[in-house]
Amino acid sequence: MKPRVAFFDFASCEGCQLQIANLEGEILDLIEIVDVVSFREVMKEHSDEYDIAIIEGSITRPMDEKRLRKIRRHAKILVALGACATIGGVNKIRNHRPVEQVKKEVYGDTDFKDNEFFDTFQTKSINEVVPVDCYIHGCPINRDEFKQVIIALALGKKPEVPNYPVCVECKKNENVCLFELGKFCIGPITRAGCNAICPTNGSPCDGCRGILQKPQIECIMDILEKYDLTYEEMKRRCTMYNMSIFNPSEGMTFARRGSK
Amino acid sequence: MSNNVAINVEHVTRVEGHGNIVLNIKKGKIEQLQWQVSEAPRFFEAMLRGRHYDELRPITSRICGICSIGHSLASLKATEDALDIKISEQTEVLRRLAINAENMQSHILHVGYLTAPDLFGVGSVFPLVGSKHQDALLKIVKLHRLFNEMSDLVCGRTTHPIRLIVGGFSAIPTEKQLHNLRQRLKDDLKTTKEVANVLNSVVDNFPDFERETEYIALSSNDEYAFYDGDITSTDTGKHLDYKDYLSVMKEYVVPQSTAKYAKHVRESYMVGALARFNLNSKQLRPIAKEVANLFGLKAINYNPFMNNIAQLVEFVHNIEDSVLLIDRLIDKGIKDEKPVNFKLKAGQGIGIVEVPRGILVHDYTLDDKGRCMKANCVIPTNQNHANIQKDMEEFVPQIIDKPEKEIELALEMLVRAYDPCISCSTHYLDVKFV
Repeated sequence: MKPRVAFFDFASCEGCQLQIANLEGEILDLIEIVDVVSFREVMKEHSDEYDIAIIEGSITRPMDEKRLRKIRRHAKILVALGACATIGGVNKIRNHRPVEQVKKEVYGDTDFKDNEFFDTFQTKSINEVVPVDCYIHGCPINRDEFKQVIIALALGKKPEVPNYPVCVECKKNENVCLFELGKFCIGPITRAGCNAICPTNGSPCDGCRGILQKPQIECIMDILEKYDLTYEEMKRRCTMYNMSIFNPSEGMTFARRGSK
Repeated sequence: MSNNVAINVEHVTRVEGHGNIVLNIKKGKIEQLQWQVSEAPRFFEAMLRGRHYDELRPITSRICGICSIGHSLASLKATEDALDIKISEQTEVLRRLAINAENMQSHILHVGYLTAPDLFGVGSVFPLVGSKHQDALLKIVKLHRLFNEMSDLVCGRTTHPIRLIVGGFSAIPTEKQLHNLRQRLKDDLKTTKEVANVLNSVVDNFPDFERETEYIALSSNDEYAFYDGDITSTDTGKHLDYKDYLSVMKEYVVPQSTAKYAKHVRESYMVGALARFNLNSKQLRPIAKEVANLFGLKAINYNPFMNNIAQLVEFVHNIEDSVLLIDRLIDKGIKDEKPVNFKLKAGQGIGIVEVPRGILVHDYTLDDKGRCMKANCVIPTNQNHANIQKDMEEFVPQIIDKPEKEIELALEMLVRAYDPCISCSTHYLDVKFV
C-alpha cells in the first residue's frame, strides 16, 4: 500500500506548500508513490488516517499546540516543512519582546479575554512542541529537496540533510564571494541544501536553513578580521532567522536559541 | 425550506490560510452567520521595529507565500520613498514584469487549481487526472509553470524574490532569456484562450448573485494600473493624496477575526481583480477585452463570483502587457546597472501597488540610521473580509430553501471567489512604537 500523506499548516505564509503546487507536472509523479489524503490549501477531501504528516508553520497559540499534538498521535512520521516549522522562521523575530507588549501594539486595547483565536504565546518551532522525524529546511523550501525527501520516505529510508555550509555550494556555482563585493553574507555558518540560491543571485545569505551543527568559529573570526567587519554587525545579520551567536572571545560558542 | 441548518466549516479548503464559516438556522430564522478568520496572528509590523531599511523587503516578503513579489515591491517603494531614491527606467520596467509574473501565477493558481474543481464538480484538481477535463488541466499546469519560470527569471526565485533590492536589482535576466520568454508568452496566449473557452462552458455553475457595493483600486490615466496609480473608488472617485490612504481604508477590530476589517463610505468595500476591472476595464489590452466579452463581463459588475472571471481577463492582459515591456527593454538594450546610490536620512515613506488580491500599502517611518521606527501594512484580503460577511448576509436568505450541503458549498464558493489570502490579512495593524 502507498504511504498516506497529509499536509497541515500553522503560523506561516504557506509559501512552502505552494512550492509543492509549483512542482507542476511532477506532482503527478509523486502521487504515483504516495496517496495525498489531506491538503487543505488545494483539496476539499480530508482524512485522519495518514502515515506521514507534513507540517508547515510555527506554533504560537495553545489551540495550535493542541492540534499539533493530535496530529503527532496520528502520524507515524512527522516532517517539519520550511523555516517556520524547522527553526521558527521569521516568526521568532518578535520573541525578544514580551507577548503582551506585541499584542497591545497590534490590536490596541480591545478586550479579547477568553477568545482563543487571540491567545498567543512566544513563537515555537515544531520540535519545541513534539518530536520531529525529518526536516526540510528553507524559506521557502527547495522543490527538488522536497521531492527527494518524499521519495526517500516512500522507500522507507531516512532522508539526508546536508551539514556543511552554503559556501560549499556557492563555490561550486563559481560565484565571486560576496564579502569581496562588500556584502555581509552568513553563508559560512548556514546549513547548505539550497544550492546557494541567494548568493548566486547576488544577495547575501540570511541563514534561512538554520545554523550548522558545528559552525567553524575560527573561520568566521578570520572573515571578520580580513574584511574589517564588526562582531555586532555579524550578530545583527544572524537575527532574521534567530541564529543566536555569542562572542567566542568571551569563551562562548555559537548556538541556536530555543531549540533542542 | 430548511427549518434547521447547522453549518460549521472549520478551515475552508482551497484558500490560502485559515477561515471558518458558521451558519445556524433555527425554524427558518438565521440565528448566527459568521465569516471567521482564525489564522494565527504573526505580528509582522512589530517584527519590523528597529530593523534596517535593507531587511524590510526580505522580512515583509514572508507575510505571504503567494504574493511575496507584491509585498516586496510595496516594501521597496515605501523604503525608496522614505529615502528619496529615484530608480532607473530599466529597474521600473523589470519591476513591472515582476508584478505581471506574480499576478499571472497567482490568478492561474486560483482560477485553475482552486476554483475550477467547483465548476467541474470535484473536490480538487487530482480527480481531473484521467478525466475528460485532463486536457484543460494540463493546459492550466503549463501556464502556471510558465508564469513561475517568469518569476524565477526576473526575481531569482518563484516565492520570496531574491533579486529585488532597495534601489534596483542584484542580478538581471539576459537579453536572450527575455527573447525566449517573449516567444513563450506569445505562444501561450493561444493556450490561455483555450482555457477561457473551457471555463466558459461551465461558468453557469457560478451562483447568480449580485450585491451592490463599493469597489476600490488604483487607477491611472496611462494604463490599467498595477505598479502605480491613484487610489480610486466607484463611490467617490480619485483620491489624489496617497499619504492620506487611511482616510479611505478605515480599519476596525472584530472578535470573530484575527484580521482587522475595513470600510470606507459604506459598511464594506471590495478590492481585487473585479474592483480593478470595474474601475479600469476600458484600459485593458485587446485580447483581454475579447475574453471579457466572451464571458459577457461588463463594468460595473456586482457579482462577486465574477472576480474569478476578472482574474482570467487580467492574466490575458498581463501577458499582452509583458510582451510590450520586454520589447521596451530589448529596444533600449539591457544594461548591467548597479543599484542607485543614496544617503540615509530620517523620514516616512509609503508604497502602494496592486497585487493579485487588491490594493496593498506599506508605510514605514525610518530614523536617520535607516532603522524602522514605525510600520503599517494594509493588506487586500483584510479589506475584503467585511464585504465577504455582508455578501453572506444577503446571499443566505436567497438560498435558504436549498439542502444544507448545497448552502455550505455555495458559501465556500463565495469565500473562494474572493481568493482570500488569510495568512496575509492577519498581519494588518497600525503600530505606534514608543
